[in-house]
This record gives sequence, structure tokens and C-alpha cells, in this order.
Amino acid sequence: MVAIVDYGVGNLFSLSCSLKALGLEAEVTGDPAKLMAAERIILPGVGAFADARQKLDATGLVPVLREAAKQKPLLGICLGMQLLFDKSFEYGEHTGLGFIPGQVVDLRNDLTDKRLKVPHMGWNSLQICKEDPIFRYIENEAYVYYVHSYYAQNCTENTLASSQYGNVNVTGVVRCGNVWGTQFHPEKSGDTGLCILKAFAEL
Amino acid sequence: MLAKRIIPCLDVKDGRVVKGVNFTGLQDIANPVEMARFYNQSSADELVFYDITASVEGRNLFTDILQQVAREIFIPLTVGGGIRTLEDFDRVLKCGADKVSVNSGAIANPSIIREAAKKYGDQCVVLSMDVKRVDGQFRLFAKGGREDTGIDAIKWAVKAVADGAGEVVLNSIDTDGVKNGFDIEMLDELASKIHVPIIASGGAGNCEHFAELFTHAGIDAGLAASIFHTRQLDIRELKRFLHDRGIKVRI
Repeated sequence: MVAIVDYGVGNLFSLSCSLKALGLEAEVTGDPAKLMAAERIILPGVGAFADARQKLDATGLVPVLREAAKQKPLLGICLGMQLLFDKSFEYGEHTGLGFIPGQVVDLRNDLTDKRLKVPHMGWNSLQICKEDPIFRYIENEAYVYYVHSYYAQNCTENTLASSQYGNVNVTGVVRCGNVWGTQFHPEKSGDTGLCILKAFAEL
Repeated sequence: MLAKRIIPCLDVKDGRVVKGVNFTGLQDIANPVEMARFYNQSSADELVFYDITASVEGRNLFTDILQQVAREIFIPLTVGGGIRTLEDFDRVLKCGADKVSVNSGAIANPSIIREAAKKYGDQCVVLSMDVKRVDGQFRLFAKGGREDTGIDAIKWAVKAVADGAGEVVLNSIDTDGVKNGFDIEMLDELASKIHVPIIASGGAGNCEHFAELFTHAGIDAGLAASIFHTRQLDIRELKRFLHDRGIKVRI
């Protein structure tokens, strides 16, 4: 079973449907026992970092996730991926879960071409820089769907793929041990996204 | 860089796609779910569902359809039509919509944009506007393009973006249905004033029209209905055409 962490952030309908469309058993849950029993865990998220962190803390699930990440594959999506890092500078400075070294910074500050729009929203191609089982079913340069204004930095060692936006190499996929993260939304990235979720379920 | 987006728009009334439908190769030619499947396979980048139903039964049918589509189509879905309140946002987002577009609802209640952006994020709120030239001004029209509001459309968009609209759909009444190309003059004017993605609508007739559109800075997507529904233009072929001209598209 793939457990999707329910902590009151974001719309989980598409994510749960996309797993079901792949024939996978998926459950949206905030129950620690279920998360521990699940074979895989997905940490979703949309919205602002501080708010999401607060809500996640309020569920008391952080130690559960920390323990689970030692034992089985965990995937953070979009803001869920950003939460995996040490800290974020979205409206202040906030501490992340620290599962992956690195920090989350404002994309706007790093873009030299100020005509480029932020959020970075739409389809961008994904350049794979490190082979990984999560790419088993996709090709290099496949298009994925992004919606975000902040991105992960100082995580080159753990970066598996990125997308070019102006002068910025937007961190697209990261991995540190059992923990993966995608900045884009696989559940909105058509067949490419489904292939990534399928590969995650088979890790 | 981001790919330019091609977006088919489905006008749904009482559970059926009603505008410009003359589809071949589908069992049920006006079934929104079938059409969504077809567009998903033909590499559409996003789907827009427009609810033009007036009745409660029709509205319920629409949300059912939206859920069915969201269950099996995994590309961004935008929903518009009859969006007036935060409850309307909530209703369609729960059914799987990713973005919600407001048009007349924002004219009747301009604060809806700010409230929705605050609650769901800018990326979720799309301002849709029907615009026509009147006395040398780009004028905002309401009620499906039937009523002149007297409002300057460009100023209207600037304000909506300041309030949190994350994207703007500009439908030119002047070029709509003429199939003689997008309203480049109007789009250029808008693109020079706002800094969020602009989706061009109204006037697409062939591949060249899209190619011309995307040479203009600040235009991110092209939206059309009947030319796609009638298969006058195949999205895959259109994208190949654009790709061959050096325009970045998802193929």
C-alpha cells in the first residue's frame, strides 16, 4: 500500500487517483500505524512552507516520517519535497525536516532575466544528471508539470535531475538514501508523471 | 524553458459538450469524458472545462463529469463558468480541478479574486475576460460577451493580477469565431502591462496562427475549441509544426 500523508495541506484527489489508475493500492491517511505499515509513503503539499510545516508538526507525524524514511521509500512532491530539506527562506527562515541536505530559496532572486515569470508554472523538460531507478520508465528530456516560486539549492550531490529556467537550474528530482523528492507534480505530468509514480512504487 | 501550451476548451451544458462539436472517431461525440481522453492522448497540455449550465441538475452533472475526468486524466484541469463565490471554488477544486477561472463572477464581486488567491494560492486563480474594441478602447464585456461593462479591460487585468490572479485568459470578441488569427494587437497590449502567464483565445484557424502567436513575448498558451473539436486542427500535428519552427512545445 502507498500511504499519502494527510496533514490538511492541498488537494490529494488527483494524486490518489493517479496511483489507483496505476493499479496501486493508495490511502490518504494521517494514522501513524498505517504510515508505519505502508510499503511506500508520499508526502504531498501545496501552499506556503511555514504553514505546511506547522500543520505537519501539529499532526505529530514528524517522528513517524523520520523513522519510516529509514525503512522504506518516501517521496516528497512539490512543497512536500521542499519540506525534506534543512530549511526554507520562504517568508522568513524556517526549519525543514532535514532528510536531505540543502535549502529552499526564492527563484525570483536568482533569475537574471526579470521578464521570466514567477511562479515557474507549466511544462518544462527534465534533464537527468544521475541515473536512478525512479527514471526506469522515462526518457531524458521528458516534460513534467511545475508550479512553484521557490526551489532547492545547495543539494547538487543529491540532485538526480533538473530543468532549465532562464539562467537557473531548477532542482527537479532529488534523492538521499530512501528519500526521493520531485519539485514538479507527477500526478499532473501526464504519462511521464505516471511512469515516475510507477517506478517509485516498484523501488 | 517552459513549453508553450496548447489548450482545448470544452463548453459543457447538461453533461454534454455543446460548442463546435463534430467529432469523428469517437463513439459518443459530445461526451466530455471521451473528449478529455482523446485530448489527453493527443498531447493537449491542459484542459479547460466551461460550465454553461443554468440549472442545478446541470451543475451537479458537471461536477460528476469533472470528477470522472480527474480520475483518469492526469494533466492540469481548469474549470470555469458560474464561479461567483469561494464555495464555488471549493466545489470544483474538490472534484479535481487545479485552477478555477472567474469571469462575470469577478465583475459582480471583484473581491473574489483576492479572497480566492489568499485561500488557494495565486496559481489557482485564473482571470478570464471577454474583450472588444469600443471607441478606441479595449472594453471588458460581461455575460458571455453580451454586455459592455464600460470598464477598460487592460486596467481590469492589471488590478486582478495585483489582487492575486495567477493567469489571464484573454478572449477577443473581435476575432472570436473569425478563424483569421489571434488578436495580436490586444494581446501585445496586455502582455506589456502584466507579468503573469497569458492565454490567448479567439481567432485560431490554422497552425500559422499559433506560430505567429508564440513569436510574441509574454504569450504562454493558445486556447481554442471548435477547430480542435472538429479536428480541423490536430494537436499533435500542430505541435509538430511549431516544433519544426523552433518553438518549444511538449511533444
